[in-house]
Amino acid sequence: MTATAEPEIGKARLRKEDARLITGQTRWTDNLQLTGMLHMAVLRSPVAHARITNIDVSRATAMPGVAVVFTGEDFAAEQGSLPCAWPITEDMKSPAAPALAVDRVNFAGEAVALVIADSAYHAADALAEIDVDYDELPVVLDMEEALLDNDLVHEDIGTNKCATWIFDSAEAGSGTDVEDEISAAEVVVERTFRQQRLIPAFMEPRSVVVDSTAGMFTVWSATQIPHILRWMLSAVTGISESKLRVIAPDVGGGFGGKLQVTPEELLCLLVARRMNRPVKWTETRTESMLSAHHGRDQIQKITLAARRDGTVTGLKVELLADMGAYLRLVTPGVPILGAFMFNAIYKFAAYRFVCTNVFTNKVPTDAYRGAGRPEATFAIERMMDELAVELDMDPMKLRELNWIKHEEFPFTSVAGLTYDSGNYEAATARAMELFDYEALREEQARRRADGSAVQLGIGISTYTEMCGLAPSRVLGALRYGAGGWETASIRMLPTGKVEVITGTSPHGQGHETVWSQIVADKLGVPFEDVEVLHGDTATSHKGMDSYGSRSLAVGGTALVQAADKVLAKARTLAAHMMECDEADVEFASGSFSVRGTSTARSLGDVVLAAHVAHDLPEGMEPGMDADATYDPDNFSYPHGTHLCAAEVDTETGMVKIVRYVAVDDVGTVMNPLIVDGQVHGGLAQGIAQALYEEATHDEMGTLTSATFADYLLPCAADLPSFITDRTTTPATSNPLGAKGVGEAGTIASTPAVVNSVLDAVRHLGVRDIEMPMSPERVWTALQGRGDPGAGDVAAGGLGSIDAQGGQS
Amino acid sequence: MHISVNVDGVTYADEVEPRLLLVHYLRERLGKTGTVVGCDTGNCGACTVHLDGHSVKSCSLFAVQANGHEVTTIEGLARDGKLHPVQHAFRQNHALQCGFCTPGMIMQAIDLLADEPDPDDETVRKGLEGNLCRCTGYQNIVRAVQDAAQSMKPGAGPEIERHSDSDVGTAAAKQPVGGE
Repeated sequence: MTATAEPEIGKARLRKEDARLITGQTRWTDNLQLTGMLHMAVLRSPVAHARITNIDVSRATAMPGVAVVFTGEDFAAEQGSLPCAWPITEDMKSPAAPALAVDRVNFAGEAVALVIADSAYHAADALAEIDVDYDELPVVLDMEEALLDNDLVHEDIGTNKCATWIFDSAEAGSGTDVEDEISAAEVVVERTFRQQRLIPAFMEPRSVVVDSTAGMFTVWSATQIPHILRWMLSAVTGISESKLRVIAPDVGGGFGGKLQVTPEELLCLLVARRMNRPVKWTETRTESMLSAHHGRDQIQKITLAARRDGTVTGLKVELLADMGAYLRLVTPGVPILGAFMFNAIYKFAAYRFVCTNVFTNKVPTDAYRGAGRPEATFAIERMMDELAVELDMDPMKLRELNWIKHEEFPFTSVAGLTYDSGNYEAATARAMELFDYEALREEQARRRADGSAVQLGIGISTYTEMCGLAPSRVLGALRYGAGGWETASIRMLPTGKVEVITGTSPHGQGHETVWSQIVADKLGVPFEDVEVLHGDTATSHKGMDSYGSRSLAVGGTALVQAADKVLAKARTLAAHMMECDEADVEFASGSFSVRGTSTARSLGDVVLAAHVAHDLPEGMEPGMDADATYDPDNFSYPHGTHLCAAEVDTETGMVKIVRYVAVDDVGTVMNPLIVDGQVHGGLAQGIAQALYEEATHDEMGTLTSATFADYLLPCAADLPSFITDRTTTPATSNPLGAKGVGEAGTIASTPAVVNSVLDAVRHLGVRDIEMPMSPERVWTALQGRGDPGAGDVAAGGLGSIDAQGGQS
Repeated sequence: MHISVNVDGVTYADEVEPRLLLVHYLRERLGKTGTVVGCDTGNCGACTVHLDGHSVKSCSLFAVQANGHEVTTIEGLARDGKLHPVQHAFRQNHALQCGFCTPGMIMQAIDLLADEPDPDDETVRKGLEGNLCRCTGYQNIVRAVQDAAQSMKPGAGPEIERHSDSDVGTAAAKQPVGGE
């Protein structure tokens, strides 16, 4: 074992994961072939709301290769209800959520029958031969109409209102009363925004294999959450958790979309149990669009109260959030994750948040990158621009006037959170410098004066977010069903190699690389000597998995604590070996030495001594392994300043981003290469919400964007090169100083882009354009420029079923 | 139907259903699971392989269309234990995260570099239009392709990748690889 010369933390290490991924030596779930394996295909409802009056499977059952066809009746007694772990209020309405519809369907795409066959082709053939009779029911799509309860998604619960969740700073004692602030305000700005429905669209379609042989149920799944999945599958089926092993092998992206206990995972398990044969299901992309959960979908009514000098005094947020037809794992809690973030980086005196969750006959929504926080950031950053226009102030000056100054940290926000560290001035100064803000403003003025066909706009987003999910006690207070801790184990092997076991479950983030860096750094062992094991409940026996930018801030901290335990024990043993007082033992670069002498023992020597156990101090157990579980005291709060310059062609409505600067403070950086990559990818998804993506439904509730031909995932040619940089104020809430980076880019970028487009055309009379800002929507908005009422409702209309919808 | 296909240097003779997609033949029959399926409309490009040295989307071809042809997948790129320069550049430039799009992206990038040995940013972006990535925002992919272009100069890399469109036989028409 040799000492590492330079610190591993902060090094731009190339990824360990890449070797297999660039050569095709991958372990995707769909790669698995087990002896005697059957294939499952799912028949999905083509209608959004109906009673099932009859299902005839006789022709399908007779098809070549078909073992059996199952309907909901076959599993009605054992399938239970898919779990929702977040009952946000005591009186929340939670409809039964069968994995396989029994007598009614509530969204187009819901599973109604299963074909089990000897090949995927034979299973798909037989789907076409199943006859289902549907007695159609009225379809509920629009949230405001849904709240009238004229037609009900779930008759048995008697209302389409799922729950109302309120935070009020006057009641919480964290601020004043917002209604008082609004009535006393010199300026009140009120706007309504729509967060369109999005689809996470991870690149690897979901896939599940269940092997029920050998007295165990082994479940391979393309999931972000093997540990939670094991727990929930056990809870729903009654299979002993000890008889369930869940493996998330290589997982091709998630973005929250694989933070789920899916109908298909449960159904594969039930089928494997029934047939006592291995079963595989792999979805098509269209199935993924129709049945994997969607994200966002809110209507946001926002009111800002301010003084003429620009000081914001109050913020009122009234949300409608579309749950879709059922509550999946954390569906109702997603808007609540945004509740604490609408006040963002600002010092507002009063804040009130009211969210009403609504059922509709659409695909259930749930977490999608940022989960609640992009919605919040969008709303407040759009509003700061609106207020700046109202006051005729520079939008950055307005923000600066209201934000928390660096010397004011730690700062308790009006929403009751304590921001541990940050420096908004520094990030902003760096961003303005990289962007060349003043020069772009001059260019903008020139184009306006010229009446140029291609106008230029500048958009700002100064964001923060809460991540590192999450302190268990806070989750408990929010009525979430689980904790937010994370766990890590370090096994020191007798040869000096190190096995690290983590409860986080990476699906593209590079934990194998970064966790190796952290351990190499702490223990002074070579980076290459560390092997990271994850994603298998048999090796990683507990964990809370990966989402909410938590893996490093929480899981990385558990790892540091485990390393500290290893070193503490090794130090005691080293002192024993070197026959000195433990207080005289120093540790550096993987070696223990007696202070002031040349006597030394490498960590490897000490580990070997612990293993052979020939001569241990009295009471010391053999071996040199350690476990640690860390429950954070606080969230972490990355922040940053994003600036976007966009050209808008006023003749075609085309938007082109010409410069994008992101300066993020994500705390102490473990690996700058990986952090930059996370920011790039996050930006792409946030920009895509602003300009390209939208899940649309027709008036019958059919998803009309159910392929990649219709749902506009940006390609390389649709995106600019990003200019990224960082400022650093370490998080004080964890020993690594890490804040989290997975969601930051997505959270920050959407409002920066939208603000830039509006800034380009506002002088032409356009006040708002709904997302995604397609050329058609931008062009349409520009045609209405003389219309005095044009600004009241966003061009494109509220709701994707509106006849003026941008996708028409 | 009987087909004979050379895949990554090995000739396979198989009976296949006429409807069997090339990508499923590669994955299910030959165990070439490095090539993956990401969509069902030919938009994502995750299944991109080379047919006689040109990129094709193997989800849009039947296995029988590859009869008598040479298929190169991501698994056949490394030679004598050495990575192809594009594979190497993807790793060096952190051009992948989850890695699901990577095989198709690398195969398409090689095809692009055969036509454009020294592409600028826009040429790379347009050349990869038919391959979707959800993780990277493409920035490091563009950088990797340009980096590979430098290391492949002049004419570095395996002979099979050097060709012009006129070399392509008529038996298997080149599939469009652009976006929709």
